Amino acid sequence: MTGSTPKSAYRRGLRDGAPFLIVLVPFALLFGVVATEAGLTPGQTMGFNVLVIAGAAQFTAVSLMQEGAPLFVVLSTALAVNLRMAMYSAALVPHLGAAPLWQRAVVAYMNVDQTYACSVVEYERRPDMTLAEKLAFFFGLATLILPFWIGFAWVGIYAAAAIPPAFALDFAMPIAFIAIIAPSLKSLAHVAAALTSVVAALLLAWLPSGLGLLLAAGCAMAVGAAVETVTERRA
Amino acid sequence: MTFTTAEIWAVIVLLGLGTYLIRFSFLGLIGDRPMPPFVLKLLRYTPVAVLPGMVAPLVLWPGATGGEPDLARGLAALAAFGIGLATRSTIWAMLGGAGMLYAALFALG
Repeated sequence: MTGSTPKSAYRRGLRDGAPFLIVLVPFALLFGVVATEAGLTPGQTMGFNVLVIAGAAQFTAVSLMQEGAPLFVVLSTALAVNLRMAMYSAALVPHLGAAPLWQRAVVAYMNVDQTYACSVVEYERRPDMTLAEKLAFFFGLATLILPFWIGFAWVGIYAAAAIPPAFALDFAMPIAFIAIIAPSLKSLAHVAAALTSVVAALLLAWLPSGLGLLLAAGCAMAVGAAVETVTERRA
Repeated sequence: MTFTTAEIWAVIVLLGLGTYLIRFSFLGLIGDRPMPPFVLKLLRYTPVAVLPGMVAPLVLWPGATGGEPDLARGLAALAAFGIGLATRSTIWAMLGGAGMLYAALFALG
């Protein structure tokens, strides 16, 4: 790349991150609305968006809290949803592992679905990027994505009061979950894991709040990994 | 919400801390050591293992109808799922599900 500098990498990050806002903004709004409807204060809702910054896990925590699940179950289920981020963390090591610790600590805070996916694609497409350029690109992505995630949840909090009950907001959360899951069913193993999760969760629904889901998730992960192993062997 | 203010904040802070540690794990602490392939495989399926099990009872036994299965909500869930599969797009799945929910709620009175 002729004339590539950290500054131009940062601008590329801004530009490549922008399309993600189309999905991020409605999700942030929805979290603001759903959390407020569930009875969280504006401070608590913003606490989620600033400290957790993980939509699916945030919806999971709010949903389980609403069902009155024990604290331990709320935490372990929501953290299980976020375990995938260990993979994101590992994927960035070959590219950003040489940065100083404080920079890696900041990158870790900003390592969300969108910044991870977009940066790894860019680093593979341009293997000649320097460390400074790679970091600049990553921060360019985060510059738009994080403030929008936080800001639009705040808008959602105040929008919640204006939405009449006829809009059946109780069902916004299930639709949001389904909208996350369906596009991610990209292999037989994913489908098998999802099916196991549904069947086991329904069969174990009699267990005290939330425990059935935790067991179902464990089974589903094992089934996904097992099916992947079998399909690999056949291929 | 039966959670007290202190419990809600405990969820927020501990979930934030735990999530940060997961994000920091390899980048910050473990470094460039390869993960066992078995662990990588399990990690790949965490969202798809948790979220469907969480959503299924919410669809079959919605809280808003006192746990009775509801045609409008069931149709909305099917629409969101089908559109999500066909378009591979979260945003279209969300819009389609919401559209179906309102259409069915209106049509079924």
